[in-house]
Amino acid sequence: MQDFNYIIDVRNIHKSYKDKVVLDNINLSVKKGEFVTILGPSGCGKTTLLRLIAGFLPATSGQIFIGGKEITGIPPYKRPVNTVFQKYALFPHLNVYDNIAFGLKLKKLPRKEIDRKVARVLKMVSMTDYEYRSVDSLSGGQQQRVAIARAIVNEPEVLLLDEPLSALDLKMRQDMQMELKELHKNLKITFLYVTHDQEEALTLSDTVVVMSEGVIQQTGTPMDVYNEPANSFVADFIGASNILNAEMIEDELVRFANHDFKCVDKGFGEHTPVDVVLRPEDIVVFENPSNGMLCGKIQSVVFKGVHYELTVLTEDGYELLVHDYNCFNVGATVGLAVKPFDIHVMKKERVCNTFEGKLIDSSHVEFLGHEFECKEVEGIEAGERVKVEVDFGDVELLDNEGMIEGEVKYILYKCDRYHLTVLTDWDENIYVDTQDVWDDGDKVGISIMPEHIRVIHL
Amino acid sequence: MKKRQFGRFGVQKNWTIPYAVFLLVFVITPLILIAIYAFTDADGQFSLANFQKFIHHGETVNTFVYSIGIALITTLVCLIIGYPVAWILSQNIFSSTSVIVMLFILPMWINTLIRTLATVALFDFLQLPLGEGALIFGLVYNFLPFMIYPIYNVLNKTDHSLTEAAQDLGACPLKVFTRVTLPLSMPGVTSGILMVFMPTVSTFAIAELLTLNNIKLLGTTVQENINNGMWNYGAAISLVMLLLIGVSSLFTDDKSGEEGGLL
Amino acid sequence: MKHLFAKLYVWLLLAILYAPILIIIIFSFTEARVLGNWTGFSTKLYQSLFSGGVNNSLFVTLLNTFAIAFIAASASAVLGSLAAIGIFNLRRKTRNTVLFLNNIPILNPEIITGVSLFLLFVSLGISQGFMTVVLAHISFCVPYVVLSVLPRLKQMNPSLYEAALDLGATPMQALRKVIFPEIKPGIISGFILTFTLSFDDFVVSLFTIGNEGLQTLSTYIYADARKGGLTPELRPLTSLIFIVVLVLLFIVNQRAKKSAVHEK
Repeated sequence: MQDFNYIIDVRNIHKSYKDKVVLDNINLSVKKGEFVTILGPSGCGKTTLLRLIAGFLPATSGQIFIGGKEITGIPPYKRPVNTVFQKYALFPHLNVYDNIAFGLKLKKLPRKEIDRKVARVLKMVSMTDYEYRSVDSLSGGQQQRVAIARAIVNEPEVLLLDEPLSALDLKMRQDMQMELKELHKNLKITFLYVTHDQEEALTLSDTVVVMSEGVIQQTGTPMDVYNEPANSFVADFIGASNILNAEMIEDELVRFANHDFKCVDKGFGEHTPVDVVLRPEDIVVFENPSNGMLCGKIQSVVFKGVHYELTVLTEDGYELLVHDYNCFNVGATVGLAVKPFDIHVMKKERVCNTFEGKLIDSSHVEFLGHEFECKEVEGIEAGERVKVEVDFGDVELLDNEGMIEGEVKYILYKCDRYHLTVLTDWDENIYVDTQDVWDDGDKVGISIMPEHIRVIHL
Repeated sequence: MKKRQFGRFGVQKNWTIPYAVFLLVFVITPLILIAIYAFTDADGQFSLANFQKFIHHGETVNTFVYSIGIALITTLVCLIIGYPVAWILSQNIFSSTSVIVMLFILPMWINTLIRTLATVALFDFLQLPLGEGALIFGLVYNFLPFMIYPIYNVLNKTDHSLTEAAQDLGACPLKVFTRVTLPLSMPGVTSGILMVFMPTVSTFAIAELLTLNNIKLLGTTVQENINNGMWNYGAAISLVMLLLIGVSSLFTDDKSGEEGGLL
Repeated sequence: MKHLFAKLYVWLLLAILYAPILIIIIFSFTEARVLGNWTGFSTKLYQSLFSGGVNNSLFVTLLNTFAIAFIAASASAVLGSLAAIGIFNLRRKTRNTVLFLNNIPILNPEIITGVSLFLLFVSLGISQGFMTVVLAHISFCVPYVVLSVLPRLKQMNPSLYEAALDLGATPMQALRKVIFPEIKPGIISGFILTFTLSFDDFVVSLFTIGNEGLQTLSTYIYADARKGGLTPELRPLTSLIFIVVLVLLFIVNQRAKKSAVHEK
C-alpha cells in the first residue's frame, strides 16, 4: 500500500552504468512541504538520484512514487516536478518573460493568466521589471532567480534543485540561501535540494540525507546528523571533528587515546571495536594539566574570529583539534576533558579488509586480481573459493610499483593515523591504516606480506 | 591603478606587418581592380557600358536569374536532407559518432572536379541522362557536407540541460524540438545556407561537366568572358556576383560565422 | 526501433555519397578506356600511371601539383604563424580589423579570388605561370593558418610567456621554447589543411596558371573532361588520392583522440 503522507517515495532504487553501481538500494521518503537536502561529495550519486526523480534517467530497478502515484516509467514532461538546474539552463534564445512563460504556454493558458503568473513569480524572486531583458545580459545571481521563477511558476508539487548555488560567489550564495528558505516558507511546496556544501545543507534543510558511494549513510534533522553521526564518514564530512579508534569496554564505558572514558552509549557489547567522534567545541581545555582527563602539549594556535583553533598532541601521541574562546601559548601543557554526553560512539563499518578469493595451492591465494603468497593453508582444497582477511595496518603502500596498483580515494584522519580508502585497479576498495601522509588521488603501489594474509574457509 | 600594456608578448605585434602588406597586395588591391575594370572600357576610360550590356543582354540576365534559382534549389535540398542528418548525428545514437561525422566530411577533402566526374560516372553507369537533374544532384552531392557540418556543430554544442529543462517544464519531444532545439540551431542553419549558396551561385565547372556544357551558370559567363579577353565585362559580372553574395550574407548575423565555421 | 530508421537514413545517404567514388575505384582495376565497361580485372592503369617518368604528362602534372601545394602550404605556415602571433598581440580594434581582412579570402567565392588575382597579374604585366599560381594559392591559404593558430594562442595560459621571462629567457628564447611548442599543433593542422586546399584547388589555378603549358591536376582533369574523354589513368590516381586522404584523416583523428585522452 502507498502511504499518502509522503509526497516523494523512493523504493529500492538501483542504478548502474554497465558494471558500475551508482545507486545501491536507495530508499527515501519525503513528507509534503519538507525541505530535504541530499548531501554528499561529488560522485556519490546524489545528482543521479535527483535526475531519476526528475525523469531524465531510467532506474535500473526500483520504484519512485510522487504524490501517491508511481511515476517510474513516466517521461519527465508528464511529471509533477520542476527542476532548477545547476547552471540554470535558461533558454538563450528567449527573454526573461518567455523563459518563465515557457511551461505555461505549453499548457495553453490564456495570455492574461500567464502575464499575471509571471508577474507574481518575478515579484517573489525580486526581479520585477526584468521581463524583457535577454537572459545573457543578467548576472549569475539574476539568472539564478529567473531559473527559480521559471520552475515555481508551474506550481509543481515538488521543486528539485541541483546544486543551484554552486556557481555563485560566497556572499551571493549566503544571500540566496536565505531567500530560498523564505521562498520555501511562502510556497509551502516540497523542496528536494542537492548540494555538496555541508554548511548549506545544515542551514537550509528540515531533513538532511547524507550520501556516499551510492548509499544513503544517514537521514535526519541537521542537528541529528551533526550531533549523532551514524558513522565516521558522516562525522568527517559534516563539520570539523576528531575521529578515533576506540574499544567499547562495557555499556557506558569506552576506551580511546589510552584512557577510559564514561559515556552514555549502550548496547554495543563488551570489548567491541568502535569509532568515537569528539567535536572540537566539546573538548574543554584546562590550563592546569592535572585538571583534565588527558594531558597534552599545544602544537598550534590559529585565530578563527569567534574562537581559537588549537591542535593538542596528547602524551600518547594523539593529535586532537580543539576549539576554545581563550588563547593559549604554543608549547604549553594543558589538560583536556570531555563530558560523557559529548562522546559519540559509532559502530565500525568494518574491522578489517575482507575479500573473496580462490586458493591456488597451499601457499598461494588469488584475490584483487592478483596471486598473493600466503602462509601454509591446511584443510582447504586448491581451487576452492575462500574468504581472505587483511588488517588495515598490515597493508603497505609504496610510491612505486607494488604487487597491485591503486588510487587513494578518501582519507580519514584518526588522530594518530590515517585511514585511507584505496581503489585498486581491480575496482575493489582496500582500506589501509598508515602513519605516512598521502594525498587524495595519489597513485600507489600496494603490497601485503604473506604472514598478514588470513585465509578462511567459506 | 596602473594600466596594463595590452601587447602580451610586447614587440611581436609588428609581426603582423608582413601579412598586412601581403593582404593589401594580394587581396585588397585585386578586389579594387575588379571594380576599376568593371567601370572602365577597354581603353581604360570610365564607362558604364559594361553594366548596360549586362542589363540589355537578355541571355546574361537569364543566366543570372537561372543561377540564383539553381543555387536556391540546391540550398533548399541540402537543408532538407542535411538537417535531419545533423540532428541524428547530434543524438549520439551511433557507437562512434565522430567516425560518421568524418565520413560526411571526408568527400570535402577530395578534388571537386574528381567528385563531379565521379558523379558523371555514376550517371553513366546507371544510364541516367545528364542535364538539370544531374546538375542539382551534383551540386547537392558536392556541397551537402557544408550544410551538415555547421548545423551538427551547433546542435552538438547545445547544452543538453536546455532540452532537459524544456522537458522538465512540460514539453513533449516534438515541442522540445520546435521550441528549443530548432531555434537554438538557427546560427548553424544560416551559416550552412551561406556556405552552400555562395559556392553554388558562383560555380561553373560542375555545371559544364554535368550538363555536357548545355546549361550556363553565371560563373560560366564570367569564365568565358575572361578567357576570351573581355576582361572589363567579366569584371562587371564578377562585381554583380560579389554584390549578390554581399547581400545574401547580410541575412546572416555575425555570430553564425564563428559558430558554424569549418575549422 | 526509432533509432533504426535514423541510422538507416544516415547509412543510405552515406552510400549515395560514396557510390561515385566507389565506382571510380572499382573501374580503376580494369583496362577499358570508357568508364562503365568492365573488361576484366587488371592493374595496367596503375602501372601506366607511374611509367614513363617525365614523359608522362599526367605524372609531370602530379609533380607540379605537389610542388605548388608544398611551397604554398610551407610559405603560408610561416607567414600565417607570424601573423597569428602578431595579431594576438594587437590592440582589440586593430586586431578586429586585421581579422576582418583575414576573412575576406575565406568568404570570397573562388571565382572572385581567381578573377581578381588574374586582373592583378595582367595589370602588373606579370606573365602567368608557376610563380603566379603559388602566390595566388598563398593568398587564400594564409587565412586558414591564422585561424588554426590563433585559437591555440588564446587557449594558452597567458602566464607561460611571463614565466619563461621570469626564469631568465630572452623574449626570443621564450617564444621559441614556450610559445612555439604550444602553437605547433595549430601550425601542423594549418599546414595539412592548406596543403589539401592547394592540392585540390581548381578555380583559382585556372585563372592564374597562364597558357605556357603548365598544368595542375585540376586543370588537367578539366581540360581532359572538356575534350570529352577522361584519361583512364585518372581513375587509379583518384583512387590513390582517396585512400591517402582517408588514411591521413584517420591518423589526424586518432592523434586528436589521443591528445583528448591526455588532457583528461
